[in-house]
Parts: sequence; C-alpha cells; structure tokens
Amino acid sequence: MTATPTPRPAPASAPPPRRGDALAPRAGDAGAPAPGDVAPAAPGDAGVPHPGDARTQYAAGARTQHPTARLLGHLLPHWRRLLPAALAAAGSELASAALMATAAWLITRAAQQPPITAVSLAIVAVRALALGRGALRYSDRLLGHDGVLRAVAHFRARVYEALVPLAPAGSPAFRSGDLLTRLLDDVDAVQDLLLRVLFPLASAAAVAAATTGVTAALLPQAGLLQGTLLVVAGLLVPFLVLTVSRQAGHAHKAARAELADLTLDLTQGAADLAAYGAGHAAATRAHHAAGRIAVLERRGALTTSLAGAAVLLLQGAATLGVTWLALRAHAAGTLPAVHITVLAVLALVSFETLTALPAAARRYADIRARAGRLACLFDTPPPVTEPAAPAQLPADGQLGVDITGLRVRHHPGVPPVLDGVTLRLLPGRRTVLLGASGSGKSTLIAALMRFVDYEAGSVRVAGRELREAAGTDVRRVITGMTQDAHVFHTTIRANLLLARPDARDTDLCEAARRARLLEWIESLPDGWETVLGEDGAAMSGGQRRRLLLARALLADPPVLVLDEPTEGLDPHTASAVLSDLLDATRGRTTLLVTHEQAGLSAADRIVTLDDGRIRPADPPLA
Amino acid sequence: MKPAERRLLQELPTLRRHMASSGVLALLGAVLVVAQASLLAALLADGFDGHLAPGTALAALGGVLALRAALAWARGMLAQRAAADAKRALRERITGRLRDTGPLKLASRPRGETATLLTRGLDALDPYVTGYLPTMTAAVVVPATIVAWLLGTDWSSALVIMLTLPLIPVFGALVGMHTAQRTARQWTLLSRLGGHFTDVIAGLPTLRAFGRAEHQTRVVREMADAHRRATMRTLRVAFLSSFVLETVATLSVALVAVPVGLRLLGGHTDLHTALTVLFLAPEAYLPLRAAGAAFHDGAEGVTVAEKVFALLDEAPPALRAADRRTPPDARTAPLRLAQVTVRHPGRAAPAVDRFSLDVRPGEHIALTGPSGAGKSTLLALLLGFVTPESGRVTVGGTDLALLDPDAWRAQVAWVPQHPHLFAASVADNIRLGRPAASDTEVRRAARAAFADGFIDALPQGYDTRLGERGTGLSAGQRQRLALARAFCKDAPVLLLDEPTAHLDADSEAAVTRATVRLMHGRTAIVVAHRTSLLPHADRVITIAAGRPAPQQPAPAEGPVRS
Repeated sequence: MTATPTPRPAPASAPPPRRGDALAPRAGDAGAPAPGDVAPAAPGDAGVPHPGDARTQYAAGARTQHPTARLLGHLLPHWRRLLPAALAAAGSELASAALMATAAWLITRAAQQPPITAVSLAIVAVRALALGRGALRYSDRLLGHDGVLRAVAHFRARVYEALVPLAPAGSPAFRSGDLLTRLLDDVDAVQDLLLRVLFPLASAAAVAAATTGVTAALLPQAGLLQGTLLVVAGLLVPFLVLTVSRQAGHAHKAARAELADLTLDLTQGAADLAAYGAGHAAATRAHHAAGRIAVLERRGALTTSLAGAAVLLLQGAATLGVTWLALRAHAAGTLPAVHITVLAVLALVSFETLTALPAAARRYADIRARAGRLACLFDTPPPVTEPAAPAQLPADGQLGVDITGLRVRHHPGVPPVLDGVTLRLLPGRRTVLLGASGSGKSTLIAALMRFVDYEAGSVRVAGRELREAAGTDVRRVITGMTQDAHVFHTTIRANLLLARPDARDTDLCEAARRARLLEWIESLPDGWETVLGEDGAAMSGGQRRRLLLARALLADPPVLVLDEPTEGLDPHTASAVLSDLLDATRGRTTLLVTHEQAGLSAADRIVTLDDGRIRPADPPLA
Repeated sequence: MKPAERRLLQELPTLRRHMASSGVLALLGAVLVVAQASLLAALLADGFDGHLAPGTALAALGGVLALRAALAWARGMLAQRAAADAKRALRERITGRLRDTGPLKLASRPRGETATLLTRGLDALDPYVTGYLPTMTAAVVVPATIVAWLLGTDWSSALVIMLTLPLIPVFGALVGMHTAQRTARQWTLLSRLGGHFTDVIAGLPTLRAFGRAEHQTRVVREMADAHRRATMRTLRVAFLSSFVLETVATLSVALVAVPVGLRLLGGHTDLHTALTVLFLAPEAYLPLRAAGAAFHDGAEGVTVAEKVFALLDEAPPALRAADRRTPPDARTAPLRLAQVTVRHPGRAAPAVDRFSLDVRPGEHIALTGPSGAGKSTLLALLLGFVTPESGRVTVGGTDLALLDPDAWRAQVAWVPQHPHLFAASVADNIRLGRPAASDTEVRRAARAAFADGFIDALPQGYDTRLGERGTGLSAGQRQRLALARAFCKDAPVLLLDEPTAHLDADSEAAVTRATVRLMHGRTAIVVAHRTSLLPHADRVITIAAGRPAPQQPAPAEGPVRS
C-alpha cells in the first residue's frame, strides 16, 4: 500500500488487544469514567439522575455499562491530546467573550473622558484579543481534529477486533451492504461525540463559568441570577431536548421502518406487484407512510425549535435582570458606572456558546443510539466457541473429511438448516454438491470452515473432530472460495498474496495460469500491480471469479472448498469456469458447491443437498 | 448554484416559499437586533448618567427580547416544516415513479438501496433546508440592514464594516480554491486510506478464511493513522478559511470599538451611539460565520438531491393507460411470439434469439432446458416486463406493446421462481391479485396449493405477518404461497416458473396435482426443469441458448453417482 508505515511504537496506553479488554472498565486505565467526568459531558448520562433507560441499563447487570460511557472509555487513553484541544476550544470562546467585555469597559471608561493612558492598556487588550481569537480558533480546530482522528484510529482497531470472531455468521452486517454501511457510520459516533457534543459542551461550560465568576466578583447578586439562568439554559434545556427527541425517536423509527418495508416491497416485489396488478395500491400505501412521517416531523418541529427560543429567552432575561440589578446598585452608590455596561455585556455573551447546546443534545440522542448498537456488537458472543485446549490437525497431505449426521441451526428456536447431513469427501477426489438456493449449501461450507457451529453430528478430518481444533487451524486445512469472497481495493498481487503471504512469483503465476487469469493479468498495462476497484468493480464477473479461484488455488489447502464459483455469470462463461475449475483441482480433495448443472462432467462425484439432507443427484439435463 | 440545487428549488414550491419566508424573518430579526442594541445602549447610557431607567424602557427591551425568542421559534418551526414537506414531496415522487422503472431493473439494483435513500438518505436534506438555505438569505439581509442603520447613526463605523464584510467571502473563496486544489491532489490517497477500513471489514470473512484477520489489526491502525496524517495536511489549509473568517470578524469589532472609544475620549460622540455600534458590529458578521459553518450541509443536501433526481430521471414515463388498447379476451385469443430477440443489458449473447412460438387458447406448454437458456425471459416477455429488441409478441393479433399492461396482466397469473413476500399478513399476500377475495376464498386457494398445512402451523395462522421484519418462510413454502396467489387470482393464462422446484418428493406430488388442477381449462406455459409436470403438457419445448433445441438432448455421460 502506498501509505508510509508508521515507525512510531504503539502508545504505552494501548495494551496488547484482547477481546473484552476494550469493553470492561479497566482499573489501571482510569477505569470507568468517574461520574463527575461524565456529568457535564452528556446530560441524562451517568452523572445526572435520569429516570429513563440509563438506569435500567445499569440495573441490567453490574458489568453492563452505559453505551456512551463505554464509548468514552475508548477515548480516555487519548486524554493527553483531547484535553489541550478542549482547552483551546474553550480559550477561543473565552477570548471572544473577553473581547466584548473589554471593549465595553473601554468605551464606557472613555465616556468619562480620562487621560488616554487610562484606557491604553484596554486598547492593547482589545486588539490582542481580536487577533488572538482567530489564532486560538485555528489551533483548537487543528488540535481537536488531530485528537479525534487519533481516537477514531484507535477505536476502529477495537471495532475490527470485535468483528473478527463474528465474521461472517455472527453479525448481519456481513450479509447486508446496507447494514455494513450503517455499522461503519456508527463507528464514526466517536468522532461526533467529541466534535459535536463534548467540545461544544466544554466551551460552553468554560465561558459560562468564567463570565459568571467575573459577574459575581463585580456584583454578587447579579452573578447568582446569571449563574442560575445559565444552568437552566445549559443543562435543563438540552436535557429536555434529549428527552423529547428520544420519545419522538420511537414514533419516527416505526414510521420509517414502515416506509422502508413498503419501499422494499415496491422494489424487490415490483414484478409480483405488476403481475398481480397491485402496484398502485402498494404505491399508495408508501405515499401514506411518507405522509405519516411528514406529520410526525411537522408535529416535532413545534417542540424542537422551542429549545433555541428558550435559550434566547433566558439570555434576554439574564441581560435584563443583570442590567436592572447593576443600575440599581449604581444608583445606590455601590457599583462604579463603568461596571454597569461590563455586567450587561457579560450577561449577553455568557449565553453565546450555549446556543449550540440544544443541537448538541439532539445530536447526542442519535449518538447514543449508535453507541448502543456498537455496544451490542461488542457484546455479541462469537457464533463458534473455541476449544480451551485445541487439538492439533495435520496441516498437509491428502486429507478426507467425514461428515456424519450434521445438524446446523442459525438461531435457537428456528428449524435447522442442515439436519442429518452425511457426506464423505474422499482424499484426492472432487465432489460436486448441487442444490437449489436456500438449501443450505453455503451453511455446510461455513460449518466446515468453523464459521458456524454444529449442534449435532460430527465432522472429522484425519479422525479428529473439527470442534476440538482451533478455528484458525481448521481453516488452514479447509478453506477456499466462500460465496462472500471479497476482492480488496489493492493490487492483483496483494489480493492473491493474501492467501499465502510467502508465495513466490512463480507460485502466483502458476495459480493464475490454472485459473486461466494469467493472460488477462499480463495484458494489463500495470500487470500484477494493477489496483482493483472497489470490490473488483473494474473486472468483469468472469475475471472476478477467476481471481477468487486463483487465490483459492494459491492457498493450496489440503481440503479445497469452492462455494458457487459461477454465481452471477452468464451460462457460457459459467460452464467454461466450471470445467476449468474441475481441471485445475484434479487430484486434490475438493468440495464444489453450485446450482449450475452444466459443465460438471469431469466431477468425480455429484450429490444433491435437498431439504437439509444429502441425496444422490438427478441426472443433469444438458 | 449547482444544477441539482436549482432543480430542487424549481420543482419544490415549498422550498421557494421557505426561502422567501426565511428572508422576511431574517429582516424582522435584523430589525429586532437593531432595536435591542439601541434600547440596551440607551438604558446603559442613561444609567451611566445617573438616571435610573424608567419602567417603560425596561419593558420595551424585555418586549424586544421576547419577540426575538418568538421569532427564533417561528424560524425553526417553519424551517423544519419546510424540510418535512420537501422530503415528503420527494418521497412521494420516488415511490410514484418506481412503477415506471420496470421490475427487472428494480430487482437488479442493490437490495435496500432505494429504501435507504428514501429514509436515512433524504434526512441529509434536513440541515440543508433548516440550516443552509436560511443562512444564505440571512447572510445578505442581516448585514445590509445593520449597515443601513449604522450609516444613519455612525457612518464611520458603518464604513469599517462595509469594507471588511466582503473580505470574508473573498478570502473564504481564495482559501477554498487553494484547499480544493490540495484536496484534489490528496483525494485519491485520502479516499483510499479512508476506504481501507470499509474494505477490510467487508472482506473480513475472506481474511479469516485465509488466516489473515489477526494480522490486519495492526494494518487497520496504521492505515487510520496514515489517514489522519493525510487529513491533517489538508485540514491545516482548509481551516485557514475559518481562521480568516474569525479573524476578520473579531478584528473588525476591534477596528470599530477602538476608534469609537477614542472619539468618546475626545468628546466627538456619545455613549449611546458608541454602545449601539459595539453591540451591532458583531451581529453584522454573525450570519456570514453561520454561512461558513453551514456550507458543508449545503454540499450534502445537493448530493442527496442529485441522487434523487438521478433516480427520477432513470425511468422515462411509460405510455399512460389511456393511450393503450384494451387487450382481447385471453380465453379465446391465441398468444404468439414471432422471431423475438431479447438481449439483457451488458450481455453480448441474446437471452432469447429469434424465437417463435404459437400458443392456442387452453393449450399447455412445458419449457425445459438448462438454467440460463432463456426460459424465464420468455415468461417475462409474455408479462410485458421486457420488450423485444426485434420481433413481436402478440395477443389475438395485437402487439403486446400497444396493450394496456395492467389490463393484460389482469388475465395472467404468474408464479415466479423467487416470489416476493410482502410486509403484510399471509392472507393479504395470497389475495394480492384480488384484494376483495374473502377469507374463505383465500383459504380455498391455500388449500388448493397445499399451503394450508404450514399456514395453520404459523404463530398467527393467516394473520401472520411476512416480509423483511416478519416471519421467514422456506423456499418451498414461498413457492406454495405463490401458487395460492395464482389460485386466488383465477386468471385464464398461467405462467409458472418451476412451480415444483425446492419441494421434497411428497410436496412435489401434491403441488403437481394442484397445478394440474389449476391448469385445467386454462392456457398454461410452465417452465419445468425436472418435474412430474412434463407428462401433463400438450407440448414440451426444449430451449438452449435462447433457441429451440433440436429434440431430446444426449444423456449426460461420465460422472460416478453416489
């Protein structure tokens, strides 16, 4: 890959990753965030009492942490970078507040027409603050993004580690591109939590505290009033926003799920709808669903925009109240005239940064949901339990596989996909497994590769039960081309080397030649160094299949499995690929799964998987 | 303004109204800001002179502050309503147009793509409508109003603001251009590094298959770090625009406040004016700063609009039903394919190649041949889902392309290979072609298709909800449900695509009996791969590579069978 490798050693704060480490609070790692740390971070979170699901989640079990707290746990190791960023953010907002306050002092003092020396310091301060504010803002944004991206990098690695034991059967994200996109979007919740919630909150808190401090020093009762109103605007209003948006969230979610269902019916079921004349009715139902969403959103608009208005109203009340108190104190002779303006301006500017908080709270409602989904991901048990003391498997030689009475169920409570599959893969022979889509062919492969567990029966390689061996060892023996095989966005060479990193160029060429891909590779201007597009978009379907086949051949496992190698190819290419494939695998233990019936004449043995069981194949028609 | 954005405003009147109303609200807001500044300054100046403010002045200021809050509420509410209305309009237009796209094209799209665009995708319009559009109008209206007012109160300060305001967009554009160049240079690297994580996650099953998953943990980190470094290189330039923006805005406050202070020192102006200027100066820059922040939202909104319009433009509006002829009665009209050729997009070889077939009313025809030979395409032709590249499909002598498709399909019952289960009850799924069918009729159809057994075993029987989020059914059960649909529709022409595939031997016998019963007295074209239905056909036509194959294929040779 083109990126320069990082020479920097792993930071000391990142211990060798182990699944579970990242999730459970660690004693040495500042542990679970202290309630005091979390409280300002997220209204309704750990610190602030909250009657909703936060408490129920805590009650669910001592080990169960609030999803946001867990997300924060992932950020803690980066506090050295995040703290300066937060300080700079607060600093730039403070500079802006100080600029207005100093300018107000300068103007009011000047109105008393003192000698110029009395205000020269203020003039310098105003100019310095004006210049400094931009610089602070610039450095705050740079520091913030750098810290956030570091945290994101760290977090991505954690998510990746959590996903490894789940791939492919343990998470629906591997079956649906849409869910995968959503998962990746959820991972960015870390970024949003920092940039859109925590940093604005930190700045708001700093400005509110500093301005209120100055106000209280000048006129204590004004400080009290201003502080109270700031707490209402900065904590109570965002908290209400959070509660309301969460409640609205449920109704919205249901309405959206309905529209998504109906749209899926309109697109995936378009042929059935057209054939049965039900298209108009289905489109009308989708219109109604869109209408219901709009009604909910319009209703929600009334309340959500109240929050911004409430902050403005509180700002107005503070300004008016503080000014009135200041005027009264001045009239009573206890407050110098210059301070009246300063107090009024401080009251005004103390609310400026708070105006971002209702939006942050709304954002947080969404981040919480994303954090919750990620927490579920981290908690998902792997679909296959690894043995405590794994048995050794022979790693080479001609091996056969004995499958007896295999039963596999995707979820407890649903009917088994495979029930009583008995099949013998003879050493050095090519077995073709036919079956209609949905008959459980891919599940059988997944069971052989230990991606799913089997609940009954046995699978033995060289007399050893697969369940007793480590999954990685099993996949050293039984592997190949899975149905979800992925072409990586990198060079052809790297895509093949993945299967055997120590392969020599001659091995690569040999594998490509046997997959009948070599000619194509050599015809490319960049040859082996050609970068393949996202998921191999630059290749034709046939080339993509041949590349995956070459990769499987390069891996050269004792037992080669090939799942639907001709899926999505036109019949002509399909039968060409199939017969090449049977040629290339002559003399090695192979399980070829397909629903094509043409081009199989070279197979050593053909069986059919039907209704979860193996039966002898029908004679192919062509 | 990008074309998609212009089109968005052109085609959605609600957005034009929103632009106009937010312009008016911005003007009102600016007037209130001026009033607030002036009233507060007066209050403070009076207090400075030792006069305690009269109650009316306080009340007036309170009134203005309350009005500002009310205005903010109205602004937010109207903006969100406009967003809701715009999304509703787009959603309805897309769902309305899906029927014109054609079922085969829709099925070839990535599953769930349209559903995602319609739900989460369109939400990107929210910040565009509620943030970007109003700030764009406010960025013009508010500074203009404030400067106009200041010209009357303190022209020298107004001049400073007038001179510095344009610096923000000018510098912003300059920095933006420079950033765009740099980003363009880095784009490939950035997208490659950023896409690495997606790529690795999507490929995780493959990595595990070859024992490379653990190795990649380090790579994920390295790539994310490299991505960070590359991003930071770009951001160091990109954030210069916000640096310029903030600096110009704050510096102008200093440029206004300091001279005003000095003039006060010299006694050339009064405190009321000076304070008004101080309060108003930052307000003049505020909308421009907001516009800078909303710029990204604007870009995202336009991207969604582009996707929506691409979807809407994809399908040319089909001939309306009114322009089509009423089809002849299929009970008496013969079906005919004359030298029909169909080519699927992106495929060199035709799926159906100069194929001819005559079907008498009431005739039963079985189509056999290897998968991919074009059998299903023939059924799609008769349904009008595909139009022939050359040749004609006729019903009673009239070209199918000239007939009202819905009226023609009303005479056809189709059992596809992969029937879709709708997000509705089992009963509603069966009465798809005849929504008025009674429960008794639905049950009779299910019984005829040998589906009643498994339906009764479902948790809520005929009321069990199916579909994406509902109960899943096995392939054989789906098939029988589709047959029940066909029984329920009771149409004169039957098109059956392997009705007994996915069935075990017992069900196959049962469904064959049911199908034969259904075929009785109707025209039927049955795709039959390996099936007990063949003996019940009047004619068996074998197809290979889109052409009728010469009689019976040679038996396959060779393989050892278990």
